[in-house]
Amino acid sequence: MLAMKPEDMQEFEIHQLLEAIYFRYGYDFRDYSKASLERRILHRVQQSDLNSISEMVPRVMHETAFFELFLRDMSVTVTEMFRDPKVFKKLRQEVFIQLKTYSRVNIWHAGCATGEEVYSMAIMLKEEGLLERTRIYATDYNNHSLDIAKKGIYPAEKMQSYTESYLAAGGKASFADYYQAKFGSAKMAESLKEHITFANHNLMKDQAFAEMHLIVCRNVLIYFNPKLQDKVLALFKESLIARGFLLLGDKETIDFSEVKTSFETFSKKERIFRRKMYV
Amino acid sequence: MFEAMVVGVSAGGLHALSGILSCLPLNYPIAILIVQHRHRDSDHFLDEYLNKLSAVRVKEAEPGEAILPAHVYIAPAGYHLLVERDKTLSLSIDPPVNFSIPSIDVLFQSAASCYKNHLIGLILTGASSDGSQGLKTIKEYGGYAIVQAPQTAEVDVMPKAAIELVDVDKIIPLEALGQFLIQDLLNSTVVNGGETDE
Ligand SMILES: C[S@@+](CC[C@H](N)C(=O)[O-])C[C@H]1O[C@@H](n2cnc3c(N)ncnc32)[C@H](O)[C@@H]1O
Repeated sequence: MLAMKPEDMQEFEIHQLLEAIYFRYGYDFRDYSKASLERRILHRVQQSDLNSISEMVPRVMHETAFFELFLRDMSVTVTEMFRDPKVFKKLRQEVFIQLKTYSRVNIWHAGCATGEEVYSMAIMLKEEGLLERTRIYATDYNNHSLDIAKKGIYPAEKMQSYTESYLAAGGKASFADYYQAKFGSAKMAESLKEHITFANHNLMKDQAFAEMHLIVCRNVLIYFNPKLQDKVLALFKESLIARGFLLLGDKETIDFSEVKTSFETFSKKERIFRRKMYV
Repeated sequence: MFEAMVVGVSAGGLHALSGILSCLPLNYPIAILIVQHRHRDSDHFLDEYLNKLSAVRVKEAEPGEAILPAHVYIAPAGYHLLVERDKTLSLSIDPPVNFSIPSIDVLFQSAASCYKNHLIGLILTGASSDGSQGLKTIKEYGGYAIVQAPQTAEVDVMPKAAIELVDVDKIIPLEALGQFLIQDLLNSTVVNGGETDE
């Protein structure tokens, strides 16, 4: 008989670990893209001085704290303010006009990470006179990231490059008006925060919670397999009002998903889609 | 038989890649995946330029895309490029590795566990040591490791770092790389990792 090669064992071990997590906590990472997941799992094995992925199984099963650590590993991310400034400019120039026709506006940032994207949105809404009528729901499944997002305190040294992006996104005032710099950190203005509700929401298993005029979900679907992408896009479809907008990440699309026929492409390059009327 | 080749290149890459890709015939039986370090805001210049001068199809890698022979996939600026076990592509915005996103190590390591001894790793010119660890992983999985001869590289840091760390199979001058890829590799005068295929 052919012996199982070590590398195939690794695939099997990952499978076992994900099964265990699903069984114990209901988080189904089996629907995530495996390559990036595998890197993170191997990183954890190394960090925790384990000999193999299999050794993680009993730990996640019996130690909630270890599972929390795993969750944190899974959602270590990089984000920034006004990522792809052109996209924010497009929103401001073409989507906001539509939002202005509503007396109350709901916006959902799904997978908001540490919040930079959310504050960017709030700043633009404010400059366009939309913030007062808007409620922004900013969700992620990572509580650690949400805590940072709620505080809205970021390293001051990043403000220089954020200022450039703010201007490239069509910023009309001075970016420095929106934060208070102190001891090497920059704290986002309360007047922005008042309109944002940060909450834990897991796209793998949680439901729709309000009717949205705009949903922003950028660079989250790239981590999911097609099945989970379909499920999440169906959730977005359900949450959007007729003629509501969906903004995805720079490399993401609804083209290969089941909900494709329910949306029209509003702006291909900026990945903005719009919910059709009756489908 | 090799199924795929992963290529890592940094400073000086345009010239090196042009030289190599323009040699490959339309029906080249191997898929090629490339990480070229470049500025985050880069546009489609690189893939469009290389596509124009190549017979094989050169394009930017898209998430979920199936990897096909005679195709060259370039990692988009600002994203890591990875290979899934079902031989599709995926992208991530995970933290930079070796200060780089995309990172050569990230591509090489994920490709190694997918293609095992059917994979070639190639390190070209560059001013970084990104890729050395990845090339090592490729060898551990039984793949084949090639490095551009440092004296023929615009910047020799990356090839030298790879040669230092990895027991490479071949060190080839830039001028001879194209020929090697279409003749020696395909005529199986090289045996991958000394293993026979199942
Ligand atoms: C690369 S970040 C994107 C951050 C931001 N949207 C941007 O584009 O800069 C991906 C985020 O998705 C979150 N995420 C991953 N899986 C999730 C899930 N099942 N439910 C909710 N959020 C998830 C991660 O925690 C992480 O914060």
